[in-house]
Amino acid sequence: MATLEEEIALSTVVLGAGPDGLLGVEPTDKADQFLVTDSGRTVVHYKVSDQKPLGSWSVKQGQVITCPAVCSFQTGEYIVVHDNKVLRIWNNEDVNLDKVFKATLSAEVYRIHSIQGTEPVVLFKEGAVRGLEALLEEPQQKIEAVISDEEVIKWTKFFMVSKHPVLIFITEKQQQHGNYFAYVQMFNPCTLSKYTLLLGEEEKTVIKNFTASVDRKFICLMSLSSDGCIYESLIPVYPSDGEKNQKVVRSLLLKTVVSGSAQKSVALTILDQNHVAVLGPPLPASKECLSIWNIKFQTLQTSKELPQGTSGQLWYYGETLFMLHGKYLTVIPYKCEASSLAGALGKLKHSQDPGTHTIPHFVNWETSQGCEPGSQNSEQSKRILRRRKTEVSLQPEVPASTQLLLNIKKDSEKHIEIELRKFLALKQTPDFHTVVGDIVAGLLGRCKEEPSFYPRNCLMQLIQTHMLSYSLCPGLLEIALEKTDVQMLQLCLQQFPDIPESVTCTCLKIFLSIDDDSLREIDINMESVSDYNDTAQDENMEEQTGILQNGFSSEEDNCNSCDPELNQKPQDATQATTSCPVIPQRAALLNAILHSAYSEIFLLPYLKDIPAQHVTLFLQYLYFLYLKCSKNATMTLPGIHPPTLSQIMDWICLLLDANFTVVVMMPEAKRLLMNLYKFVKSQISVYSELNKIEVSFRELQKLNQEKHSRGLYSIEVLHLF
Amino acid sequence: MINWIPGTYCSELLTVSLFRPGMGEFKVHRVRFFNYIPSGIRCVAYNNQSNRLAVSRTDGTVEIYNLSANYFQEKFFPGHESRSTEALCWAEGQRLFSAGLNGEIIEYDLQALNIKYAVDAFGGPIWSMTASPSGSQLLVGCEDGSVKLFQITPEKIEFERNFDRQKSRILSLSWHPSGTHIAAGSIDYISVFDVKSGSAIHKMMVDRQYMGVSKRKCIVWGVAFLSDGTVISVDSAGKVQFWDSATGTLAKSHLIANADVQSIAVAEQEDSFVVGTAEGTVFHFQLVPVASSSTEKQWVRTKPFQHHTHDVRTVAHSPTALISGGTDTHLVIRPLMEKVEVKNYDAALRKITFPHRRLISCSKKRQLLLFQFAHHLELWRLGSTVATGKNGDTLPLSKNAEHLLHLKTKGPENIICSCISPCGSWIACSTASRFFLYRLTYQHDNLSLKRVSKMPAFLRSAVQILFSEDSAKLFVASNQGSLHVGQLLEGRFRHLHTFQPQSGTVEAMCLLAVSPDGDWLAASGTSAGVHVYSVKHLKVFEYSIPGKQYTEWSRTVQKQGFHHLWLQRDTPITHISFHPKRPMHILLHDAYMFCIIDKSLPLPNDKTLLYNPLPPKSESDVVRRRTAHAFKISKIYKPLLFMDLLDEGTLVAVERPLDDIIAQLPPPIKKKKFGT
Repeated sequence: MATLEEEIALSTVVLGAGPDGLLGVEPTDKADQFLVTDSGRTVVHYKVSDQKPLGSWSVKQGQVITCPAVCSFQTGEYIVVHDNKVLRIWNNEDVNLDKVFKATLSAEVYRIHSIQGTEPVVLFKEGAVRGLEALLEEPQQKIEAVISDEEVIKWTKFFMVSKHPVLIFITEKQQQHGNYFAYVQMFNPCTLSKYTLLLGEEEKTVIKNFTASVDRKFICLMSLSSDGCIYESLIPVYPSDGEKNQKVVRSLLLKTVVSGSAQKSVALTILDQNHVAVLGPPLPASKECLSIWNIKFQTLQTSKELPQGTSGQLWYYGETLFMLHGKYLTVIPYKCEASSLAGALGKLKHSQDPGTHTIPHFVNWETSQGCEPGSQNSEQSKRILRRRKTEVSLQPEVPASTQLLLNIKKDSEKHIEIELRKFLALKQTPDFHTVVGDIVAGLLGRCKEEPSFYPRNCLMQLIQTHMLSYSLCPGLLEIALEKTDVQMLQLCLQQFPDIPESVTCTCLKIFLSIDDDSLREIDINMESVSDYNDTAQDENMEEQTGILQNGFSSEEDNCNSCDPELNQKPQDATQATTSCPVIPQRAALLNAILHSAYSEIFLLPYLKDIPAQHVTLFLQYLYFLYLKCSKNATMTLPGIHPPTLSQIMDWICLLLDANFTVVVMMPEAKRLLMNLYKFVKSQISVYSELNKIEVSFRELQKLNQEKHSRGLYSIEVLHLF
Repeated sequence: MINWIPGTYCSELLTVSLFRPGMGEFKVHRVRFFNYIPSGIRCVAYNNQSNRLAVSRTDGTVEIYNLSANYFQEKFFPGHESRSTEALCWAEGQRLFSAGLNGEIIEYDLQALNIKYAVDAFGGPIWSMTASPSGSQLLVGCEDGSVKLFQITPEKIEFERNFDRQKSRILSLSWHPSGTHIAAGSIDYISVFDVKSGSAIHKMMVDRQYMGVSKRKCIVWGVAFLSDGTVISVDSAGKVQFWDSATGTLAKSHLIANADVQSIAVAEQEDSFVVGTAEGTVFHFQLVPVASSSTEKQWVRTKPFQHHTHDVRTVAHSPTALISGGTDTHLVIRPLMEKVEVKNYDAALRKITFPHRRLISCSKKRQLLLFQFAHHLELWRLGSTVATGKNGDTLPLSKNAEHLLHLKTKGPENIICSCISPCGSWIACSTASRFFLYRLTYQHDNLSLKRVSKMPAFLRSAVQILFSEDSAKLFVASNQGSLHVGQLLEGRFRHLHTFQPQSGTVEAMCLLAVSPDGDWLAASGTSAGVHVYSVKHLKVFEYSIPGKQYTEWSRTVQKQGFHHLWLQRDTPITHISFHPKRPMHILLHDAYMFCIIDKSLPLPNDKTLLYNPLPPKSESDVVRRRTAHAFKISKIYKPLLFMDLLDEGTLVAVERPLDDIIAQLPPPIKKKKFGT
């Protein structure tokens, strides 16, 4: 449920907020600290939780800041542009903006974007885009014009889409209001796609504000129009070939969230995939409000009245909303906890926002808090090395684990593997456990962002440290399932004590469905499978003699009479039961499933999803195992760590419970079911016989006791020594 | 146990007898026809103050065990046919109350060993009773669904008021430790009452479902109210459930048995509790932290104990042990190892099956045994043999044992004590209100029995009866502390004298012993002092006569100390007797061994072997003499209820094999060994 928490007002005494509000609020590399740029000359560095500025810088009288200051996540430096063309880069320690690094550019800058995970990029007013490093190498380089003269950039945003930066900006034709274009700029390779925004029926409307979010394939552009409605347009991230000028249609998402006739500016921002925040008066006459809307259910979740008026600007960074309320910069923490069942059960999925800084997931309670691993600062850029060599030498040595974590972010698989091997060979520190967790999380994070990245060997090595569990890294199995890496799945099933039943069942499905040929090629740990087929012949013989010895043959079993088909092919039946129905590789995988822990209630519903053919196959295998077991006096299977009889029996029962109605209809399962039925029946009779024997033995014992007891009276001789 | 030594004065006597062949050689009459079945245990109540345990049995008997004194059963109140106790509790410190299906609340007089008074609660049969945490009030739960509060006054109890009446019988009750609320278990629900108003503030329904099958009724056999407001219930569906009494909701449920869970007891610290099931299992639950170093704690079933074959009807929780009892008649005391500081025999499991008082007496002259049952006496004559044999031989009988007499008492009261005279001509027995003396005459094989009439009126109830060695005198200890002495002459009883108790005491004498010459009578009461009476001079002495000191041997023993294994025995000595012809020999036994102490031999030290069951074989006489020591022990006969010397070379041992008892109990709940 979305909630707005108690607001915090930051003093704006130092800010010269003009009638147009602020120039911008930008995040810095510290979670709680932000750069606020006013529309005049000042940049203030705020720490929100302390409600106080940490620093403030101004440009000289006569100069005007034209682009909000940003913080480079790679170097921790601040960048601002004043007088459209002059770039300034400074640090926390710098006092005077006049004396800091300065670069005069050849074209006017619209915005500088800086987000986690990439270097800052500079967007020029004419639509050209440059990386900061490249720009600084040659500040006077020629900047080309991308957009036509008539167009003016209205709004822009910078994203990371699976580790690739993507910039989007919207332009509007100055003469003809209502003509909007969206440009999507990709880097490496540098491609620019242009889209025309079709406003549809509401041709006359003016778009007042934009916001966008991104998933793997589409940028979801939301626009708040002057009619007070929110529209959505989907712009593909990766350009489709061919057409030069593509068109994007927009569709109505939410109707009249703000008053259409509002004179003042309104603002919109996406909070998460289901929620947007809208700033503006809900009714023509009413005061301005901050409202949170659920776009999925089209409901107003919460709203807050802002009676002193706003500048119609809204920023949202990591669960905090910023706006200018009256004379104050107001910070409203926003929380939206998905009210999912998983959440109720304490298993809230830990999805990571790619835009935020990676904080270690695992806290080591044994070592003291506060020793944060070296932040991004340690990631040195060439320039900072150039400029601040002395500072570097002062920084403490980076621990091996931190270095490894950093390597994970960018290095090649091979390199990570070598580093990891080195790290694992090191002496295990008390926080080894947490570090292993962090490493896995880091690797998985990268896997998610880079589909091609799959450091299999590293993950295998980490699993074998015995430090991991499912709850520690749920993503690991997810990825292994995605890649159908059965070897990894087997290892996980063996090592993790807490795999949820749904995942166990998904693994089972994969194990049953993967074809034999590909299985044979995979190197699977086979220790739980002793060579089933070799011994089959011998055991067959044994069985024969056993029947003769006991003077009891299965033909006498009256169950046989009810199944003429089985009677006709007794030879066949024995054949079927004595050869393993699956190849050893598959058997090893299935054994891993048999060994895994589960709770019946949770497993049953998932078992129902297994296709009938696979159920039959698994049942056949289980039945085969059961037969193998029962040929042995100790009721065990040969081999190292084989499945136990009770595991086999439990799974047979579970499978039949879940799928009986399906299996019973299948002709090919008929014999199996008959066999199972026979076995259960014989089992019952064995047990009842055992119970009978027990009673007879007890009677014998009683008789024996009576014989031994000397009766009620006797005279005996006793010598005491 | 006290007894007389014949000729205590001749302590330096006879080294001659020492090496006489066959001095340790006996013919033993091994008797197993004493068909005694102890009654099942119904309730136990532990008193922390005195470290005593009260146990009530299904026949109404109440026994008091002293847990500090090797679990000795020091007092007992005879049962009564119409008095089945359903609840037993201590209140006001040392006062003991019971209540039962006859609807009465009874207070016991622990000094005089009789029933002080009985008060009818007028609510039909009483199923449960509990004393308030302060001990000043009693609460009973009745058949008619009423919960009645009684005020305990110094002399009696007074009815105070009724709580809101419930629709069915109240089977269990528990006070909140603060005394403000009570929980009452009934059929299908638990009620929580506010003590001040007497009204039910919550009614918590107990699930009838049992393994998915709806049983007819779910009986809440036990409840326990903890200070944090949790109510723990145990019920007939096999569940142990935790309820929040503030909201009346179920917090947690443990299914622990396929049968009824019948009893619950909580430790005083409320960090552990114990439940007993109809399958004979006792489960220990402990409050343990959820994670190490976590302050959050939860109840966890920690240990199961299977010491019973039948229903565990009742449990108690002493600070150091779990105590349980039930239909299989054993009282089991299971020490909690983590609470026991020294790992000695105190940490061992105790299983008490037989009463520590004497149920058997013996006429040496006529070789008769008198067995005492709850409502009758049996007289048996031992067989005989002419054969001899070596150690361990069973001799052929020339005459088998013979059941001579079956003497049934009238009325509902249990027999308290009985005795046969050494000559075999007199039998005396007593119930709580009547005293019987019979004269037996033998003519060849015929036996005739005649009750002695004209008994003095004051002889109504005896705690202990004893005949003098010559059968001429009868000593009767009454429960008011007085000792009556009577003369038996020509089939008549003549009252000679009554020793009145010392002024101010009403202590009942539960142990009696008379010197062989009949001149001295020793009596011991419940407070462990020994009074010695001179029968001739009608005076009271206190202890050692005539030198008024311990004997030399006794001092040596004190000086040297007993063998460590001897001190580690965990069962009390139940009988001591002396060899009539060999004053150096003391015979004593407990339930698992008997021992003849030869005072003329050196005492064993800790290095010597105390118990040597096998005859020394190749060793020379010298070695044998050197290793011989005073304690000659045999563990052949067990459980041993009675052992005495009939004559110089003949012993009689009465055993009661446990299997024979179990065979006569109702069959236990059968648990399948195979299949499910």
